[in-house]
Amino acid sequence: MTIRVGESGQAPSFQRAALPLLKDAQLRKNVRHATDVIQSKRASVVAETKDWQELRTSASAIKAHTLRHLDRYLQQFEQACTAAGGEVHWATDADEANRIITALVKQYQCNEVIKIKTMTSDEIGLNQALENSGIHAHETDLAELIIQLGNDKPSHIVVPALHKNRSQVREIFLEKMHLSELGERPEDLTAAARHYLREKFLNVKIGVCGANFLVAETGGVSIVESEGNGRMCLTLPDVLIAVAGIDKVIPSFQDLEVFLQLLPRSATGERMNPYNSLWTGVHAGDGPRHFHVVLLDNGRTGVLADAAARETLHCIRCAACLNTCPVYRQTGGHAYGSTYSGPIGAILTPQLNNMQHSQSLPFASSLCGACYEVCPVKINIPEVLIHLRSRIIQGQKGNFDFEALAMRAAAAAFASRRRFEATQRLGRIGQWPFESNGWVRNLPGMLGNWTRVRDLRALPRQTFREWWKERATSRKEQDHA
Amino acid sequence: MRISLFITCYNDTLFPETGQAVVRLLENLGHTIDFPLEQTCCGQMHYNTGYEREAMPLMRRFVDIFRDSEVVCIPSSSCVAMIRDHYPKMAAAQNDPELVRAVGELLPRVFELTELLVHRLGTEDVGAYFPHRVTYHASCHSLRSLQLGDAPLRLLRNVRGIELIDLPNVDRCCGFGGAFAIKMGDISAAMLAEKMTDVENTGAEVVTAVDNSCLMHIFGGLHRQRAGTRMAHIAEILASTDTGRNAGAQV
Repeated sequence: MTIRVGESGQAPSFQRAALPLLKDAQLRKNVRHATDVIQSKRASVVAETKDWQELRTSASAIKAHTLRHLDRYLQQFEQACTAAGGEVHWATDADEANRIITALVKQYQCNEVIKIKTMTSDEIGLNQALENSGIHAHETDLAELIIQLGNDKPSHIVVPALHKNRSQVREIFLEKMHLSELGERPEDLTAAARHYLREKFLNVKIGVCGANFLVAETGGVSIVESEGNGRMCLTLPDVLIAVAGIDKVIPSFQDLEVFLQLLPRSATGERMNPYNSLWTGVHAGDGPRHFHVVLLDNGRTGVLADAAARETLHCIRCAACLNTCPVYRQTGGHAYGSTYSGPIGAILTPQLNNMQHSQSLPFASSLCGACYEVCPVKINIPEVLIHLRSRIIQGQKGNFDFEALAMRAAAAAFASRRRFEATQRLGRIGQWPFESNGWVRNLPGMLGNWTRVRDLRALPRQTFREWWKERATSRKEQDHA
Repeated sequence: MRISLFITCYNDTLFPETGQAVVRLLENLGHTIDFPLEQTCCGQMHYNTGYEREAMPLMRRFVDIFRDSEVVCIPSSSCVAMIRDHYPKMAAAQNDPELVRAVGELLPRVFELTELLVHRLGTEDVGAYFPHRVTYHASCHSLRSLQLGDAPLRLLRNVRGIELIDLPNVDRCCGFGGAFAIKMGDISAAMLAEKMTDVENTGAEVVTAVDNSCLMHIFGGLHRQRAGTRMAHIAEILASTDTGRNAGAQV
């Protein structure tokens, strides 16, 4: 089995990948600006929703229930989708999904497809796999088009080109669309994209989409979007191929009531998505004549098996956790080296990879809890991060590691009062080479990461417990006097 | 009331003046302080960094030492969060019903300092005097885990002479995060830079919080830049009086 999560298998550690990004002033300004705008829109539409917390609780309960009975709901989806005229395919990993989709495109004798934004297709590397078979995939979502034309990678789950600003987008369009002139207003840029894409919509015979929700009861695929490109891809081509993780299934049509209130508010700060499409099977004279759904595992059953982290699969990919995350705010999404960035990426990517890659990601968090606070399906991301950290540390047992050694030494010191007090005294004596005038400005090794930008107050002459003991003694003496 | 003080390992070692202020403050309010000398650390650093196994004996140690206390006061919200959010689950994982019961019985008697004052003791005015321009940093654990709300601010607003300035983006992490500041030093530094700008924009002389860990981080950065701002744990402000002792003292 070859599980692939974007290019995370080859990605450098988070702290290393972050370095050039931290130096990119334009990128950091773009990320700060974009996340600030989305966050403030989200805050106002959440504040007006009186039953927001109840909605979150419901969504979490629906997801937990579905995951407990996932086998049943997936089979129900397959039956309902098939009954409606669709065809369901099962893919254990990225390669299998790519093989299925490539074979389908060839079966319909096409050499190009138009795509609605789908992060799942990025997860499995679909575009590259198609290209390797001589099939060109045209991204039709504006942001995905910017990424594709700019040979870039998505840096955000909902707004993949969030790290680019308007003038950077204009440069990409000018060059890659071979335009002689292009205005710089948002209308000019969208008009250029519209013109560029229109011909594809009208001529390409196969549409590829993801899914926001798979409705087990009806076999329907729910897709929400903001640009109308999705509606075009769903209605114009002869063939529609949806690729969706098995975690996307929900039991009933009525459950959408909960999720379609939570998702747009959390994702883009809208009360409702501009385009809500629900695609169920095939219908004569209306939309595609062939409908395929590829259900993808790619590590998801492994996540399901870990009860302490299973809630990771509750995620509805709204990216509210990215927008609020103070770490994401500094680096943007590329530092995570995966299709899925931000706090959810930090827990999802390593788990999909069976903890074999992306081991730095669970440590890319200060555990501030802002992600959990905004999560519409109540994933306790900080708890899962800590759990994954523990799995990683346990897995490293036996390796020589300065950190592990220091941690075990500290644990031994904390295990007895005598050793703790001795360590306090030792620290006071041992700090002399580094201390000057009550401050430490330069520490060796890993601890130098602290003193590179921060001073550290030197250990004071007296610990609290020494003061307490001294006070107790002097009080006793006073009592005796 | 007899209040048991869990000072926390880092306050004990690095910030004795905070513990002294807690003792002075609570004794001035008429309470008796008990400081069990066997105490060391709650295990937060180990647990949060992935060393869950090493944190287990520290949990047992804490429970053994404080199980008979009337109330436990802790001047650090992240240590309270460690105990409140994680001890029950850790105890359950030990398959030791007696430990689970002991943790369950102890937890309702464990309080962060301002929580103890406002919610348990019903005190919002501790009679403090602190004639300085102060800004309050809401630490992440105090805000999101303990949900302290405005309890610390209610106490600060009643301090005479204080000029309290709201910190912009008060709900944003300062970038400390324990081992995060070391393991992800550059990202932590970028987060700190934003926090320092916010603090400096208030024009405050003193930045305060219920956690010395965040303050050690924020003030560590400010001190490196020779910025004219100092740190003071909220206990030190609340323990300051106009009778001279600690009034406006340089920390």
